[in-house]
Amino acid sequence: MKLRKVTAASAVVLALAVSVTACGGDKKDDASGGKKIKIGIKFDQPGLGLKQPDGSFSGFDVDVATYVAKQLGYQPNQIEWVETKSADRENALQRGDVKFIAATYSITDERKQKVDFAGPYLLAHQDLLVKKGSNITKGTDLNSKKLCSVTGSTSAQNVQKTIAPKANLRPLSGYSECVAGLQSGAVDALTTDDSILAGFAAQDKYKGQFQLVGLKLSNENYGIGVKKGDSTTVDKINKALEKMVADKSWDKAVKDNFGPARYKNEPAPKIGDIVK
Amino acid sequence: MFDFLEGYDVLGAFWTTVQLTVLSGVGSLVWGILLAGMRVSPVPLMRGFGTAYVNIVRNIPLTIIILFTSLGLADIFGVTMGAEDFKIQGFRLAVLGLIAYTAAFVCEAIRSGINTVPLGQAEAARAIGLSFSQTLRLIVLPQAFRAVIGPLANVLIALTKNTTVAAAIGVAEAATLMKSMIENEAQTLAIGTVFALGFVVLTLPTGLLLGWLGKRLAVKR
Repeated sequence: MKLRKVTAASAVVLALAVSVTACGGDKKDDASGGKKIKIGIKFDQPGLGLKQPDGSFSGFDVDVATYVAKQLGYQPNQIEWVETKSADRENALQRGDVKFIAATYSITDERKQKVDFAGPYLLAHQDLLVKKGSNITKGTDLNSKKLCSVTGSTSAQNVQKTIAPKANLRPLSGYSECVAGLQSGAVDALTTDDSILAGFAAQDKYKGQFQLVGLKLSNENYGIGVKKGDSTTVDKINKALEKMVADKSWDKAVKDNFGPARYKNEPAPKIGDIVK
Repeated sequence: MFDFLEGYDVLGAFWTTVQLTVLSGVGSLVWGILLAGMRVSPVPLMRGFGTAYVNIVRNIPLTIIILFTSLGLADIFGVTMGAEDFKIQGFRLAVLGLIAYTAAFVCEAIRSGINTVPLGQAEAARAIGLSFSQTLRLIVLPQAFRAVIGPLANVLIALTKNTTVAAAIGVAEAATLMKSMIENEAQTLAIGTVFALGFVVLTLPTGLLLGWLGKRLAVKR
């Protein structure tokens, strides 16, 4: 008798679970039909993807994603922004949590095995952010300097391997901590992609204090990550990006987000043209 | 299958984890015993300090303590632990933070052990003219320790896992390498599994050995 009850109970639970997941599946199908679209961005990078205290979002990645979404048939109020940290990006796409990701996502061969990329939509370079009037002018100057970057980031690894192996590198958990250290003088320079650095330098509280050195230490081709095999979406996004460049919205987005840092941006990259 | 491990010093990273664990483990044992001594001492001021320390430190998240050692102690107060190089400085500061935090838990484990020693033992020790520190050192602590090997093993295992927080200030231990590998290889699940297994390999034997030892040495009352 008892066994029977348990079996019956589990059958009910199972049925519920199946119907719930089925509902979930239906909803997802609706999303592509015109209700909501989920887009992955960073929440903590000024100039690229930043969540404002009032809950709105700003930045270059956000502007690009909004434009692309519009071309796919979604108005800005139909977009649901999802935070995709660097380590989660591949999984978020594979699970279908987001339709696409625009989050300083450099196109690399390793990542291409896991996800597909549209774009690139921006060519960034690893660069240094220093205090105004600093005497750091080239990569090898770093060998006797204190340098900050984020633990495990490509930029931190580049410095250790090729640019300045003798630099006193301090890896911290986030770029905000590094910027604070740069301001207080605890470190001499901060390294990552110039677009990210420009975003920090353009923030109101740091305006006029820092400058970009402009070294072009690496090439980072920012692409829009899409689930592996979803070539229709890739094509649609590529079309949208081409249109964005053609109607000058791209230039406007760059100016709006990086302008105050006097960031010398590269011209808009051609679709599929990856600079090694 | 494991070709993503190529070119990475996984063993070296885990060796740093082991060093962090051992140094912080020894340090927090010493500081924890001192704290436990204070908490049971007849001097009200020391009792007060011990209680305040334990209740404050164990309720602050470890991440905040570790970040404070680097961004607060080193940057603002200039405590560089005698190292100019950020790698060495980060390691030493992490050990300092881990000791400060873990000692609070060691102290409480030992104090619970002290509570298992019958009051008559301390009274008898006092009756033959032993001082407080002699009573603690010769009579109470040896018995207390044998009762709390199990709980101390738990603290040690927690400490081993807590060393990953040192990644926040850039110490080149296992979690730091994991971040680099995920950034480069885009294989979250496989890399995560390897590092999770690494920690099981480190902590499982610790638990088994100390559990066995605790059973053997326990004072049967």
